[in-house]
Amino acid sequence: MTVQEIVAKRGNARENLLQILHDLQDSTEGNYLRREDVEVLAREMLLSVSDIVGTATFYTMFSLKPRGRHIIRLCESPPCYIMGEENIREAIREKLGIDFGETTADGLFTLEPSSCLGSCGVAPVMMIDDELYGNLTRDKVGRILDGIAAREPLAAGA
Amino acid sequence: MAKPRAYIMVPVDADTVIIGAREVKSRFSAELGRRGLADEVRVLEVGSFGPTNAGVIAAVQPDGVVYGRLTPADVPGIVEEHFVKGRICGRYVLPREYPPEVPSDDDARRTQQVGRVVLDNCGRIDPERIEEYIAGEGYFALGRAVGEMTPAQVLDVVEKSGLRGRGGAGFPTGRKWRFCASAPGDVKYVICNADEGEPGTFKDRLIMEGDPHKVLEGMALCGYAIGARMGYVYIRGEYKLSIERMQKAIDQAREYGLLGKGLFGSAFDFDVDIKIGAGAYVCGEETALIESMEGKRGLPRLKPPFPAQCGYLCKPTNVNNVETLAAVPAILRHGADWFRSMGTEGTPGTKVYTVLGHVNRPGLIEVQAGITLREILNDYAGGMASGTFKMAHLGGTAGEILGAEMLDVPMDYDAMQKVGHVLGSGAILIMNESVGINDYLDACMRFFKHESCGNCNPCRNGLHALCGITGRLKAKEGYPGDVALMEELVMSLKTVAFCPLGQSPAGPVMSALRYFRAEVEAGVDPTRVRPKPAHSHLEKVELGV
Repeated sequence: MTVQEIVAKRGNARENLLQILHDLQDSTEGNYLRREDVEVLAREMLLSVSDIVGTATFYTMFSLKPRGRHIIRLCESPPCYIMGEENIREAIREKLGIDFGETTADGLFTLEPSSCLGSCGVAPVMMIDDELYGNLTRDKVGRILDGIAAREPLAAGA
Repeated sequence: MAKPRAYIMVPVDADTVIIGAREVKSRFSAELGRRGLADEVRVLEVGSFGPTNAGVIAAVQPDGVVYGRLTPADVPGIVEEHFVKGRICGRYVLPREYPPEVPSDDDARRTQQVGRVVLDNCGRIDPERIEEYIAGEGYFALGRAVGEMTPAQVLDVVEKSGLRGRGGAGFPTGRKWRFCASAPGDVKYVICNADEGEPGTFKDRLIMEGDPHKVLEGMALCGYAIGARMGYVYIRGEYKLSIERMQKAIDQAREYGLLGKGLFGSAFDFDVDIKIGAGAYVCGEETALIESMEGKRGLPRLKPPFPAQCGYLCKPTNVNNVETLAAVPAILRHGADWFRSMGTEGTPGTKVYTVLGHVNRPGLIEVQAGITLREILNDYAGGMASGTFKMAHLGGTAGEILGAEMLDVPMDYDAMQKVGHVLGSGAILIMNESVGINDYLDACMRFFKHESCGNCNPCRNGLHALCGITGRLKAKEGYPGDVALMEELVMSLKTVAFCPLGQSPAGPVMSALRYFRAEVEAGVDPTRVRPKPAHSHLEKVELGV
């Protein structure tokens, strides 16, 4: 969808900005808000670019930098922490060679820290895109990541 | 079509989806279909039963058999044994105490079900079918309120019930509604705060996933009482299934005329929409939530004016937690005295908790307000899974850490206050001796630092400095004086920070010191010398880190 289409769908009003940014990010290759789109959006909504950027950077779910095709959100909150979140972070680092805020060289995964995902009953927890994964162990993380990479046509050739 | 002889109820919520509930459910349907039993045995999707470590569950009613820890591969065997041969499949049956929330004639289970107000439908009805909610007297309270009562009468009932806000602060709900009802203006809003971000709390998610219509009915009742025609549910962006189920519930309610224009043939219009958050803990604070709903950075507002005077789009607005609103329909249906007959004098009714950590049966429970932590631990959570009880963190990260000597204090707002604690949002994280207090405090401070909105200086820089201290204490490299400095920092934050987020670190830090001071101080290395403050302002702020 173009910026104009999204604005038309959600309604051109400030209170719809977060929904518009969600839609815009979801429809952009690389899971982020492109500068050009933000500029168009600013003109459409009669807002300043800095205002929109300021709003977007406030929320952890928006990014202004290109990210991997899949976003891994690892919960860092205390309930996951006491169930071994640090081991999971270590396992991901070993497996993919990335830490928080980094993207793999093949552009497949970005690892981000996340606050409580609200699935503490199955801690430690991570969310990849819209899917939650719980009761994580080192082995399980490896299998999950392999499974996702295997479904990617690009990665198979890499 | 013949009446089914049995129902298989599979709880499908975000936790069980992770471990394959949908696959198990569809395998049941496929297997029953293959054997021509699809008309005799119906498979239903319901909300959470409560426990979170019993795997995928399937309860067979009216047989009262509860199978647990299922994988799709177990299903054919169960169908063969239970439904074809009529024998209970012993090896998949959960131990008797699991899950206490499943309806049953078993006495042990029944005692734990008495007086459920908010979760009475959770795990019993299909949350995606409005008919099932209506069949259990759903929307009855709304119909009666709109048809037979004046808004002032509805307000009176809620006020008399003594219901207090279940988001953590415990403010009397009736009084909050009255503020908004008496505010001048034609346009008012009801907001349901479903930005549940307090770590360890997920009761609101399970309420929305298990019984979304109850929340909608509570919102409509609030709207009627205060004179609002529009309501919003602000749900955090990470709660995909909650968003999906609430949206479905709204669509169905509109279709049935239970939301929209002229409810129950009266002149009362009320509609509800969903607003989706984008990941910011501070937006759970009601004024920050309103800012976020307006499409801005979620910075808390200066109060007053309170939302009741100037809230969403500067109109009078009433913001309530999911659990608070979900308690309202039952109060209107059964009356204020009924609600007051449960719980304690100061905290009538029930409270929903999520019990987590090193316990045998973590999960969601609803109990009478005022029972003790020891009762929750032993009777509901099945005792410690390993080790001995060291501490409990109540109310998420912003709450307070309790040592073993507090196990027998009644859990209501006033009793907790009397012993110098707050009850908080409903999370109970129970830890054994394997968790070091300094490690835990560090995790808490890093959480706050990450979530600080950065608007006010004390919070932005104070939390940075606090993380420096807790990081050192965790590594047993604390400077002499670090503990005193930590106390000073959290107490000054409590005084000067702009919003509850910055004021919160005092909760875990001061309560940890109250019970575990010696252990915290063991993180100090007496031989270390604090480096002299450098010249740059920033470095000074970082206190020599």
